[in-house]
Amino acid sequence: MSIKGQIAIVGAAETSELGRIPQLSALGLHADAAVNAIRDCGIDKAEIDGVASAGQSPVAVAKHLGITPTWVDGTSVGGCSFMLHVRHAAAAIAAGMCEVVLVTHGESGRSRVGNGAWSPDLQSLNGQFEVPYGPTGPPTMFPIGVLRYMKETGLTAEQLATVAVVQRQWAAQNPRAMMRDPITVEDVLASRMIAYPMHLLECCLVTDGGGALLVTSAERARSMDLTSPPVYVLGTGESCETPMVSQMEDFTTSKAFRVSGAKAFAESGIGHADVDHLMIYDAFAHLPIYGLEDLGFVGRGEAAAFIGEGNTAPGGSLPLNTNGGGLSYTHTGMYGMFAIQESVRQLRGTAAAQVPGVEVSVAHGVGGMFGASGTLVLTNQAQ
Amino acid sequence: MTSKAAPVPTPETQPYWDGCAAGELRLQRCTHCDTFYFPPRPFCPDCLSDEVVWKPLSGRATLHTYVINHRAAPGFEAPYAIAVVQLEEGPRLMSNIVGVPQTPEALELDMALQVAFEGRGDVQVPVFRPAGSVS
Ligand SMILES: [Zn+2]
Repeated sequence: MSIKGQIAIVGAAETSELGRIPQLSALGLHADAAVNAIRDCGIDKAEIDGVASAGQSPVAVAKHLGITPTWVDGTSVGGCSFMLHVRHAAAAIAAGMCEVVLVTHGESGRSRVGNGAWSPDLQSLNGQFEVPYGPTGPPTMFPIGVLRYMKETGLTAEQLATVAVVQRQWAAQNPRAMMRDPITVEDVLASRMIAYPMHLLECCLVTDGGGALLVTSAERARSMDLTSPPVYVLGTGESCETPMVSQMEDFTTSKAFRVSGAKAFAESGIGHADVDHLMIYDAFAHLPIYGLEDLGFVGRGEAAAFIGEGNTAPGGSLPLNTNGGGLSYTHTGMYGMFAIQESVRQLRGTAAAQVPGVEVSVAHGVGGMFGASGTLVLTNQAQ
Repeated sequence: MTSKAAPVPTPETQPYWDGCAAGELRLQRCTHCDTFYFPPRPFCPDCLSDEVVWKPLSGRATLHTYVINHRAAPGFEAPYAIAVVQLEEGPRLMSNIVGVPQTPEALELDMALQVAFEGRGDVQVPVFRPAGSVS
């Protein structure tokens, strides 16, 4: 049994504002995005019978919006949770458990309004075996494998910096991107060292914002009076590897990426050459490099040269992170929702930096620090 | 909080921390698979056998990968390396590297290391120093 082409995203929107939104709590950001997505879809709220969210509980989101769901998904595995929500919603809709699912994200990452405080549980595995060694957030942990990757593949500091430079080229075309001024490799390498080998400009932004999606069957989508054409789900994947980044099997590749990506590609039946547009969750500059290799777009150790040659830049053969990504567009904390939103915009033809003729887009997310992964293969072509 | 965060053992991990308190790095070994594993649990993650035994390790390791943190956690003085070490017996641990400048030049990947112990509150945690250096 496959859901290939049977499921459609029929509503997609972000919060009205992005960046600094101190007047809204995290729950309020979920709601703002949800209302925008419902309006984008043109659906009556009463038709929504499924709710999925991460960060804030779907119980809170449903109550806040006055929805009584018959299907609930609170999968919370980090920033790729929304890829998993779409995947789970697709299965649930195909199985007849619900018909219209609302997926929401909202995070007050910058203003920290109603967002909860981070304090490590010192009895957890991380608390016992990682926290005592002095990490201070994801920038000091997520890139821990980069030096290993450099030694094994020959990746240079300049090549790593180029990832940020190229994504800024995309952001420069996007009025909603937080950082739009062009930067050079020299700028990146001259920016403050956060956690060697990672400089400030190789680390994601910290922002407020949110996004929401409405997912239903392709059949129902055909009978709806939609404001935008449906975006069909061709294939999906998910996996997880480890709650402790120190326990990755191999620090130069993500097992969760490989498993999730392969699953999504197999289900979609497409090949890599069929992909017109790609989003790879870029919490840090090394992620697009790992993603390109682990999804199979290039061979091991080839991603940096691929990016350096301009293949992922505006005008390149594989436009990547075209909103500017977590490095330059926005990064609330669980950025995966924004990767999906940009895939939907590119497939609708409404992106700020629109790539001509996009028919297939892949949105690939990471959760935790190479902890989990989710992959969506999307198309605007009815199956 | 101005002191370094201290781990809080659980019943499953207590023997590991007891070993550290005694100045001994120890891990569990599955008697079926003949392999060491980490983190501690009362069964083998490969074959699920509960015939596992705590064994002392050599304390020998190599520097597998690291970052140098420039934003200090409580009790730490930046910059300092947060590393992953490759134990001779197979598993890898996160750790700090001591007795050596916290610089890319001094911290060479795959350099030989030897376990040492450092206090975190009342708990001793394994850290690593260059092999052959005086403890
Ligand atoms: Zn075993």
